[in-house]
Amino acid sequence: MTYVFDFSWLGEYMPVLLKGIGITLQLIAVGAVLGISLGIACAWARALGPKWLGGIVAVYVELIRNTPFLIQLFFIFFGLPSLGLQLGELTAANIAMVVNLGAYSCEIVRAGIQATPRGQFEAGASLAMSPFETFWHVVLVPALQRIWPALSSQVVIVMLGSAVVSQIAAEDLTFAANFIQSRNFRAFETYIVSTLIYLALAILLRQLLRGVGWTLFPKRATR
Amino acid sequence: MSLIAITEVKKRFGDNEVLKGINIDVDPGEVIAIIGKSGSGKSTLLRCINGLESIDDGSILVAGAQLLPDELHLKALRLKVGMIFQQFNLFPHLSAGRNVMLSQMVVKKTPKAEAEVMARKMLDRVGLLHKFDAYPDQLSGGQQQRVAIARALAMQPIALLCDEITSALDPELVNEVLAVVKELAAEGMTLMMVTHEMRFARDVCSRVVFMHQGRVHEIGPPGEVFGNPKTPELKQFLGVH
Repeated sequence: MTYVFDFSWLGEYMPVLLKGIGITLQLIAVGAVLGISLGIACAWARALGPKWLGGIVAVYVELIRNTPFLIQLFFIFFGLPSLGLQLGELTAANIAMVVNLGAYSCEIVRAGIQATPRGQFEAGASLAMSPFETFWHVVLVPALQRIWPALSSQVVIVMLGSAVVSQIAAEDLTFAANFIQSRNFRAFETYIVSTLIYLALAILLRQLLRGVGWTLFPKRATR
Repeated sequence: MSLIAITEVKKRFGDNEVLKGINIDVDPGEVIAIIGKSGSGKSTLLRCINGLESIDDGSILVAGAQLLPDELHLKALRLKVGMIFQQFNLFPHLSAGRNVMLSQMVVKKTPKAEAEVMARKMLDRVGLLHKFDAYPDQLSGGQQQRVAIARALAMQPIALLCDEITSALDPELVNEVLAVVKELAAEGMTLMMVTHEMRFARDVCSRVVFMHQGRVHEIGPPGEVFGNPKTPELKQFLGVH
Protein backbone atom coordinates (compact mmCIF):
# COMPACT_ATOMS: atom_id res chain seq x y z
CA MET A 1 0.00 0.00 0.00
CA THR A 2 1.55 3.23 -1.04
CA TYR A 3 -0.62 6.04 0.18
CA VAL A 4 1.04 9.42 -0.13
CA PHE A 5 0.01 11.80 2.59
CA ASP A 6 -0.83 15.25 1.38
CA PHE A 7 -1.46 18.15 3.74
CA SER A 8 -0.87 20.87 1.13
CA TRP A 9 -4.58 21.76 1.24
CA LEU A 10 -4.23 23.02 4.81
CA GLY A 11 -3.17 26.52 3.79
CA GLU A 12 -5.98 26.98 1.34
CA TYR A 13 -8.69 25.75 3.69
CA MET A 14 -7.33 27.26 6.89
CA PRO A 15 -9.98 30.03 6.94
CA VAL A 16 -12.72 27.40 6.68
CA LEU A 17 -11.22 25.41 9.54
CA LEU A 18 -10.76 28.50 11.70
CA LYS A 19 -14.33 29.54 11.12
CA GLY A 20 -15.46 26.04 12.11
CA ILE A 21 -13.36 26.16 15.28
CA GLY A 22 -14.82 29.58 16.08
CA ILE A 23 -18.37 28.30 15.75
CA THR A 24 -17.67 25.20 17.83
CA LEU A 25 -16.13 27.41 20.53
CA GLN A 26 -19.09 29.75 20.42
CA LEU A 27 -21.51 26.83 20.69
CA ILE A 28 -19.76 25.39 23.73
CA ALA A 29 -19.32 28.78 25.41
CA VAL A 30 -23.02 29.60 25.14
CA GLY A 31 -23.98 25.99 25.83
CA ALA A 32 -21.85 25.70 28.95
CA VAL A 33 -22.76 29.04 30.53
CA LEU A 34 -26.49 28.92 29.84
CA GLY A 35 -26.73 25.14 30.15
CA ILE A 36 -25.12 25.06 33.59
CA SER A 37 -27.22 28.04 34.69
CA LEU A 38 -30.35 26.24 33.53
CA GLY A 39 -29.10 23.09 35.26
CA ILE A 40 -28.62 24.93 38.56
CA ALA A 41 -32.10 26.45 38.36
CA CYS A 42 -33.62 23.06 37.55
CA ALA A 43 -31.62 21.36 40.31
CA TRP A 44 -32.96 23.89 42.80
CA ALA A 45 -36.50 23.26 41.58
CA ARG A 46 -36.16 19.49 41.82
CA ALA A 47 -34.32 19.36 45.15
CA LEU A 48 -35.77 22.32 47.06
CA GLY A 49 -38.45 24.03 44.97
CA PRO A 50 -42.23 23.71 45.03
CA LYS A 51 -43.54 20.24 44.16
CA TRP A 52 -45.42 21.26 41.01
CA LEU A 53 -42.32 22.93 39.58
CA GLY A 54 -40.15 19.96 40.48
CA GLY A 55 -42.61 17.76 38.60
CA ILE A 56 -42.43 19.85 35.46
CA VAL A 57 -38.64 19.87 35.60
CA ALA A 58 -38.57 16.10 36.12
CA VAL A 59 -40.54 15.61 32.89
CA TYR A 60 -38.14 17.88 30.99
CA VAL A 61 -35.06 16.15 32.41
CA GLU A 62 -36.28 12.63 31.64
CA LEU A 63 -37.45 13.63 28.17
CA ILE A 64 -34.01 14.98 27.27
CA ARG A 65 -31.95 12.29 28.96
CA ASN A 66 -33.85 9.48 27.28
CA THR A 67 -33.83 10.71 23.68
CA PRO A 68 -30.96 11.15 21.19
CA PHE A 69 -29.35 14.56 20.92
CA LEU A 70 -29.61 14.41 17.14
CA ILE A 71 -33.39 13.95 17.33
CA GLN A 72 -33.66 16.86 19.78
CA LEU A 73 -31.71 18.98 17.33
CA PHE A 74 -33.86 17.90 14.35
CA PHE A 75 -37.01 18.54 16.34
CA ILE A 76 -35.93 22.09 17.16
CA PHE A 77 -34.65 22.88 13.65
CA PHE A 78 -37.06 20.96 11.42
CA GLY A 79 -40.00 20.35 13.75
CA LEU A 80 -40.66 23.68 15.37
CA PRO A 81 -41.10 25.61 12.08
CA SER A 82 -44.32 23.64 11.62
CA LEU A 83 -45.58 25.52 14.67
CA GLY A 84 -44.40 28.76 13.10
CA LEU A 85 -41.14 28.98 15.02
CA GLN A 86 -38.46 29.39 12.37
CA LEU A 87 -34.92 29.29 13.75
CA GLY A 88 -31.56 29.83 12.09
CA GLU A 89 -29.24 26.80 12.20
CA LEU A 90 -26.89 28.41 14.72
CA THR A 91 -29.70 29.49 17.01
CA ALA A 92 -31.24 26.04 16.81
CA ALA A 93 -27.86 24.44 17.60
CA ASN A 94 -27.34 26.77 20.56
CA ILE A 95 -30.79 26.05 21.95
CA ALA A 96 -30.36 22.31 21.51
CA MET A 97 -27.08 22.35 23.41
CA VAL A 98 -28.39 24.51 26.24
CA VAL A 99 -31.49 22.33 26.61
CA ASN A 100 -29.40 19.15 26.51
CA LEU A 101 -26.70 20.24 28.96
CA GLY A 102 -29.36 21.82 31.17
CA ALA A 103 -31.02 18.45 31.71
CA TYR A 104 -27.82 16.52 32.39
CA SER A 105 -26.29 19.17 34.64
CA CYS A 106 -29.59 19.40 36.54
CA GLU A 107 -29.13 15.84 37.75
CA ILE A 108 -25.43 16.33 38.50
CA VAL A 109 -25.99 19.53 40.49
CA ARG A 110 -28.96 17.98 42.27
CA ALA A 111 -26.70 15.21 43.52
CA GLY A 112 -24.40 17.88 44.94
CA ILE A 113 -27.27 19.68 46.64
CA GLN A 114 -28.68 16.51 48.13
CA ALA A 115 -25.31 15.58 49.61
CA THR A 116 -25.40 18.78 51.68
CA PRO A 117 -25.45 18.06 55.43
CA ARG A 118 -28.79 19.03 56.99
CA GLY A 119 -26.94 21.20 59.47
CA GLN A 120 -26.04 23.65 56.71
CA PHE A 121 -29.70 24.32 55.96
CA GLU A 122 -30.45 24.60 59.67
CA ALA A 123 -27.56 26.98 60.28
CA GLY A 124 -28.81 29.21 57.46
CA ALA A 125 -32.36 29.10 58.80
CA SER A 126 -31.26 29.82 62.37
CA LEU A 127 -29.53 32.97 61.08
CA ALA A 128 -32.90 34.11 59.71
CA MET A 129 -32.01 33.44 56.08
CA SER A 130 -34.88 32.35 53.87
CA PRO A 131 -34.70 28.91 52.26
CA PHE A 132 -33.68 30.46 48.96
CA GLU A 133 -31.05 32.71 50.56
CA THR A 134 -29.64 29.66 52.31
CA PHE A 135 -29.53 27.78 49.01
CA TRP A 136 -27.87 30.65 47.16
CA HIS A 137 -25.30 31.74 49.75
CA VAL A 138 -24.67 28.59 51.77
CA VAL A 139 -25.54 25.45 49.85
CA LEU A 140 -24.75 26.17 46.20
CA VAL A 141 -20.99 26.72 46.17
CA PRO A 142 -20.06 23.63 48.23
CA ALA A 143 -22.56 21.62 46.18
CA LEU A 144 -20.93 22.74 42.93
CA GLN A 145 -17.52 22.02 44.38
CA ARG A 146 -18.59 18.47 45.19
CA ILE A 147 -19.73 17.71 41.65
CA TRP A 148 -17.41 19.96 39.63
CA PRO A 149 -15.35 17.08 38.13
CA ALA A 150 -18.52 15.32 36.97
CA LEU A 151 -19.97 18.56 35.62
CA SER A 152 -16.73 19.35 33.78
CA SER A 153 -16.83 15.94 32.09
CA GLN A 154 -20.41 16.53 31.00
CA VAL A 155 -19.46 19.89 29.45
CA VAL A 156 -16.69 18.18 27.47
CA ILE A 157 -19.11 15.45 26.36
CA VAL A 158 -21.54 18.09 25.12
CA MET A 159 -18.72 19.94 23.34
CA LEU A 160 -17.75 16.77 21.48
CA GLY A 161 -21.41 15.99 20.87
CA SER A 162 -21.78 19.37 19.20
CA ALA A 163 -20.30 17.72 16.08
CA VAL A 164 -23.81 16.61 15.13
CA VAL A 165 -24.98 20.19 14.58
CA SER A 166 -23.24 19.93 11.20
CA GLN A 167 -26.30 17.84 10.25
CA ILE A 168 -28.46 20.96 10.20
CA ALA A 169 -25.74 22.87 8.34
CA ALA A 170 -24.49 24.82 11.31
CA GLU A 171 -20.97 25.56 10.15
CA ASP A 172 -18.99 24.12 13.05
CA LEU A 173 -15.68 22.27 12.95
CA THR A 174 -17.25 19.03 11.74
CA PHE A 175 -19.13 20.86 9.03
CA ALA A 176 -15.85 22.44 7.95
CA ALA A 177 -14.14 19.04 7.89
CA ASN A 178 -16.92 17.52 5.79
CA PHE A 179 -16.83 20.48 3.46
CA ILE A 180 -13.05 20.32 2.99
CA GLN A 181 -13.09 16.56 2.51
CA SER A 182 -15.69 16.89 -0.22
CA ARG A 183 -13.38 19.29 -2.06
CA ASN A 184 -9.93 17.74 -1.61
CA PHE A 185 -10.99 14.08 -1.37
CA ARG A 186 -8.33 13.66 1.31
CA ALA A 187 -10.53 11.98 3.93
CA PHE A 188 -7.70 10.59 6.07
CA GLU A 189 -5.78 13.85 6.33
CA THR A 190 -8.88 15.99 6.79
CA TYR A 191 -10.36 13.90 9.55
CA ILE A 192 -7.06 13.35 11.34
CA VAL A 193 -6.61 17.14 11.43
CA SER A 194 -10.12 17.70 12.75
CA THR A 195 -9.68 14.88 15.25
CA LEU A 196 -6.54 16.51 16.60
CA ILE A 197 -8.28 19.86 16.81
CA TYR A 198 -11.16 18.33 18.79
CA LEU A 199 -8.63 16.62 21.03
CA ALA A 200 -6.82 19.90 21.67
CA LEU A 201 -10.09 21.72 22.29
CA ALA A 202 -11.26 19.08 24.76
CA ILE A 203 -7.99 19.19 26.70
CA LEU A 204 -8.06 22.98 26.75
CA LEU A 205 -11.67 22.99 27.89
CA ARG A 206 -10.89 20.59 30.73
CA GLN A 207 -8.01 22.79 31.87
CA LEU A 208 -10.19 25.88 31.62
CA LEU A 209 -12.91 24.25 33.73
CA ARG A 210 -10.32 23.16 36.27
CA GLY A 211 -9.13 26.78 36.43
CA VAL A 212 -12.69 27.99 36.93
CA GLY A 213 -12.97 25.49 39.77
CA TRP A 214 -9.80 26.82 41.38
CA THR A 215 -11.07 30.38 41.37
CA LEU A 216 -14.66 29.54 42.30
CA PHE A 217 -13.87 27.30 45.25
CA PRO A 218 -11.38 28.15 47.97
CA LYS A 219 -8.60 25.58 48.21
CA ARG A 220 -9.16 24.89 51.87
CA ALA A 221 -12.87 24.31 51.81
CA THR A 222 -13.57 20.63 51.46
CA ARG A 223 -17.01 19.44 52.44
CA MET B 1 -42.80 39.88 81.65
CA SER B 2 -41.03 36.77 80.50
CA LEU B 3 -38.81 36.94 77.45
CA ILE B 4 -39.51 33.43 76.22
CA ALA B 5 -42.96 32.03 76.92
CA ILE B 6 -43.48 28.36 76.13
CA THR B 7 -47.07 27.34 76.72
CA GLU B 8 -48.55 23.83 76.45
CA VAL B 9 -46.26 22.93 73.57
CA LYS B 10 -46.89 19.56 72.00
CA LYS B 11 -44.91 17.93 69.23
CA ARG B 12 -45.43 14.63 67.49
CA PHE B 13 -43.27 12.74 65.03
CA GLY B 14 -45.85 10.43 63.50
CA ASP B 15 -47.36 8.44 66.35
CA ASN B 16 -44.55 9.33 68.69
CA GLU B 17 -45.44 12.26 70.92
CA VAL B 18 -42.06 13.80 71.79
CA LEU B 19 -43.29 16.85 73.68
CA LYS B 20 -46.41 16.33 75.77
CA GLY B 21 -47.34 19.82 76.88
CA ILE B 22 -44.32 21.88 77.87
CA ASN B 23 -44.64 25.06 79.93
CA ILE B 24 -41.56 27.17 80.64
CA ASP B 25 -41.23 30.92 81.08
CA VAL B 26 -37.79 32.44 80.78
CA ASP B 27 -37.03 35.89 82.15
CA PRO B 28 -34.54 38.25 80.50
CA GLY B 29 -30.99 37.43 81.54
CA GLU B 30 -31.82 33.97 82.78
CA VAL B 31 -29.56 31.05 81.97
CA ILE B 32 -31.55 27.84 81.68
CA ALA B 33 -29.97 24.41 81.51
CA ILE B 34 -32.08 21.63 80.08
CA ILE B 35 -30.98 18.20 81.18
CA GLY B 36 -32.37 14.74 80.73
CA LYS B 37 -31.83 11.38 79.06
CA SER B 38 -31.55 11.16 75.29
CA GLY B 39 -35.01 10.87 73.83
CA SER B 40 -36.55 12.99 76.56
CA GLY B 41 -37.30 15.77 74.06
CA LYS B 42 -34.78 18.40 75.14
CA SER B 43 -33.22 19.00 71.72
CA THR B 44 -36.63 18.95 70.07
CA LEU B 45 -37.86 21.61 72.47
CA LEU B 46 -34.89 23.83 71.68
CA ARG B 47 -35.35 23.33 67.95
CA CYS B 48 -39.02 24.28 68.26
CA ILE B 49 -38.13 27.59 69.90
CA ASN B 50 -36.10 28.48 66.82
CA GLY B 51 -38.71 27.21 64.40
CA LEU B 52 -36.52 24.40 63.07
CA GLU B 53 -39.36 22.10 64.07
CA SER B 54 -43.02 23.01 63.81
CA ILE B 55 -45.23 22.48 66.83
CA ASP B 56 -48.54 20.65 66.81
CA ASP B 57 -50.13 22.45 69.72
CA GLY B 58 -49.50 25.26 72.19
CA SER B 59 -47.58 28.46 71.59
CA ILE B 60 -44.07 29.84 71.73
CA LEU B 61 -43.49 33.58 72.11
CA VAL B 62 -40.09 35.24 72.11
CA ALA B 63 -40.23 38.94 72.99
CA GLY B 64 -43.54 39.28 71.24
CA ALA B 65 -42.55 37.26 68.16
CA GLN B 66 -44.76 34.24 67.83
CA LEU B 67 -43.76 30.93 66.30
CA LEU B 68 -45.91 30.54 63.23
CA PRO B 69 -45.05 28.41 60.22
CA ASP B 70 -44.89 31.17 57.59
CA GLU B 71 -41.60 32.64 56.45
CA LEU B 72 -42.22 36.17 57.74
CA HIS B 73 -42.98 35.06 61.30
CA LEU B 74 -40.10 32.60 61.30
CA LYS B 75 -37.70 35.34 60.21
CA ALA B 76 -38.93 37.72 62.93
CA LEU B 77 -38.52 34.96 65.52
CA ARG B 78 -35.09 33.91 64.34
CA LEU B 79 -33.85 37.49 64.38
CA LYS B 80 -34.53 37.41 68.14
CA VAL B 81 -33.10 34.00 69.00
CA GLY B 82 -29.81 32.68 67.73
CA MET B 83 -28.92 29.03 67.76
CA ILE B 84 -25.66 27.13 68.19
CA PHE B 85 -25.41 23.50 67.17
CA GLN B 86 -23.59 20.42 68.34
CA GLN B 87 -21.86 20.06 64.96
CA PHE B 88 -20.95 23.79 64.66
CA ASN B 89 -22.36 23.94 61.10
CA LEU B 90 -19.95 26.58 59.89
CA PHE B 91 -20.12 27.28 56.16
CA PRO B 92 -17.10 25.40 54.78
CA HIS B 93 -16.57 27.62 51.73
CA LEU B 94 -16.30 30.84 53.73
CA SER B 95 -13.55 32.09 56.01
CA ALA B 96 -14.33 32.58 59.69
CA GLY B 97 -14.82 36.30 59.11
CA ARG B 98 -17.09 35.67 56.12
CA ASN B 99 -19.11 33.18 58.13
CA VAL B 100 -19.86 35.93 60.63
CA MET B 101 -20.51 38.55 57.96
CA LEU B 102 -22.83 36.57 55.68
CA SER B 103 -26.18 36.68 57.43
CA GLN B 104 -25.74 40.33 58.41
CA MET B 105 -25.32 41.23 54.74
CA VAL B 106 -27.98 38.87 53.40
CA VAL B 107 -30.70 39.25 56.02
CA LYS B 108 -30.14 42.70 57.47
CA LYS B 109 -28.65 44.19 54.29
CA THR B 110 -25.78 45.58 56.38
CA PRO B 111 -23.11 47.17 54.13
CA LYS B 112 -20.02 45.00 53.78
CA ALA B 113 -17.67 47.35 55.64
CA GLU B 114 -20.05 47.59 58.58
CA ALA B 115 -20.58 43.82 58.65
CA GLU B 116 -16.83 43.34 58.71
CA VAL B 117 -16.43 45.68 61.67
CA MET B 118 -19.10 43.71 63.51
CA ALA B 119 -17.49 40.40 62.53
CA ARG B 120 -14.10 41.52 63.87
CA LYS B 121 -15.73 42.69 67.08
CA MET B 122 -17.55 39.40 67.60
CA LEU B 123 -14.54 37.24 66.71
CA ASP B 124 -12.52 39.32 69.16
CA ARG B 125 -15.17 38.65 71.79
CA VAL B 126 -14.66 34.90 71.44
CA GLY B 127 -10.88 35.34 71.28
CA LEU B 128 -10.47 34.51 67.59
CA LEU B 129 -9.83 37.82 65.87
CA HIS B 130 -6.54 36.42 64.54
CA LYS B 131 -8.47 33.67 62.73
CA PHE B 132 -10.55 36.08 60.65
CA ASP B 133 -9.20 34.72 57.35
CA ALA B 134 -8.96 31.06 58.37
CA TYR B 135 -11.31 28.53 56.82
CA PRO B 136 -13.34 26.23 59.09
CA ASP B 137 -11.25 23.15 58.32
CA GLN B 138 -8.15 25.01 59.51
CA LEU B 139 -9.71 25.46 62.94
CA SER B 140 -10.00 23.09 65.88
CA GLY B 141 -13.45 22.00 67.00
CA GLY B 142 -13.39 24.42 69.90
CA GLN B 143 -12.40 27.27 67.62
CA GLN B 144 -15.11 26.35 65.13
CA GLN B 145 -17.69 26.38 67.88
CA ARG B 146 -16.50 29.79 69.06
CA VAL B 147 -16.80 31.12 65.50
CA ALA B 148 -20.33 29.71 65.44
CA ILE B 149 -21.08 31.63 68.63
CA ALA B 150 -19.63 34.81 67.10
CA ARG B 151 -21.75 34.22 64.00
CA ALA B 152 -24.92 33.96 66.08
CA LEU B 153 -23.99 36.99 68.18
CA ALA B 154 -23.39 39.15 65.11
CA MET B 155 -27.13 39.06 64.44
CA GLN B 156 -27.60 40.69 67.88
CA PRO B 157 -30.13 38.20 69.19
CA ILE B 158 -31.78 38.75 72.56
CA ALA B 159 -31.50 35.07 73.43
CA LEU B 160 -29.27 32.18 72.43
CA LEU B 161 -30.19 28.51 72.19
CA CYS B 162 -27.30 26.09 72.66
CA ASP B 163 -27.93 22.51 71.58
CA GLU B 164 -25.28 20.32 73.24
CA ILE B 165 -22.60 22.66 72.00
CA THR B 166 -19.71 20.88 73.68
CA SER B 167 -20.78 17.28 73.00
CA ALA B 168 -18.77 16.96 69.77
CA LEU B 169 -15.60 18.40 71.29
CA ASP B 170 -12.53 16.70 72.63
CA PRO B 171 -12.47 17.03 76.44
CA GLU B 172 -9.61 19.52 76.45
CA LEU B 173 -11.54 21.84 74.12
CA VAL B 174 -14.74 21.93 76.13
CA ASN B 175 -13.59 24.58 78.56
CA GLU B 176 -12.65 27.21 75.97
CA VAL B 177 -16.23 27.08 74.66
CA LEU B 178 -17.83 27.02 78.11
CA ALA B 179 -15.70 30.01 79.11
CA VAL B 180 -17.21 32.00 76.27
CA VAL B 181 -20.72 30.96 77.26
CA LYS B 182 -20.00 31.86 80.87
CA GLU B 183 -18.89 35.31 79.79
CA LEU B 184 -22.08 35.79 77.78
CA ALA B 185 -24.13 34.78 80.80
CA ALA B 186 -22.25 37.26 82.95
CA GLU B 187 -23.00 39.99 80.41
CA GLY B 188 -26.71 39.30 80.81
CA MET B 189 -27.45 37.29 77.65
CA THR B 190 -30.51 35.08 77.97
CA LEU B 191 -29.46 31.50 77.35
CA MET B 192 -31.23 28.18 77.03
CA MET B 193 -28.87 25.29 76.76
CA VAL B 194 -29.24 21.58 76.44
CA THR B 195 -26.15 20.26 78.14
CA HIS B 196 -24.49 17.30 79.73
CA GLU B 197 -22.02 19.50 81.59
CA MET B 198 -23.59 19.18 85.04
CA ARG B 199 -20.90 21.15 86.82
CA PHE B 200 -21.33 24.00 84.37
CA ALA B 201 -25.11 23.88 84.81
CA ARG B 202 -24.68 24.04 88.55
CA ASP B 203 -22.18 26.93 88.48
CA VAL B 204 -23.62 29.17 85.80
CA CYS B 205 -27.33 28.53 85.37
CA SER B 206 -30.12 30.31 87.14
CA ARG B 207 -32.54 27.44 86.67
CA VAL B 208 -32.33 23.82 85.62
CA VAL B 209 -35.04 22.00 83.71
CA PHE B 210 -35.09 18.21 83.97
CA MET B 211 -37.02 16.65 81.11
CA HIS B 212 -38.37 13.14 81.19
CA GLN B 213 -40.54 11.42 78.58
CA GLY B 214 -41.59 14.65 76.87
CA ARG B 215 -42.50 16.54 80.03
CA VAL B 216 -40.82 18.99 82.37
CA HIS B 217 -40.30 16.62 85.24
CA GLU B 218 -38.56 19.00 87.63
CA ILE B 219 -37.59 22.63 87.39
CA GLY B 220 -35.81 24.90 89.84
CA PRO B 221 -32.57 26.61 90.82
CA PRO B 222 -29.52 24.37 90.40
CA GLY B 223 -28.98 24.08 94.15
CA GLU B 224 -32.42 22.59 94.51
CA VAL B 225 -32.44 20.35 91.44
CA PHE B 226 -28.96 18.96 91.99
CA GLY B 227 -28.90 19.17 95.79
CA ASN B 228 -32.34 17.92 96.57
CA PRO B 229 -33.90 16.00 93.65
CA LYS B 230 -37.50 15.14 94.45
CA THR B 231 -38.44 12.51 91.89
CA PRO B 232 -36.91 9.06 91.56
CA GLU B 233 -36.28 9.69 87.82
CA LEU B 234 -34.09 12.71 88.51
CA LYS B 235 -32.32 10.91 91.33
CA GLN B 236 -31.57 8.05 88.96
CA PHE B 237 -30.44 10.44 86.22
CA LEU B 238 -28.08 12.21 88.58
CA GLY B 239 -26.91 8.96 90.09
CA VAL B 240 -27.81 9.89 93.69
CA HIS B 241 -29.64 7.55 96.01
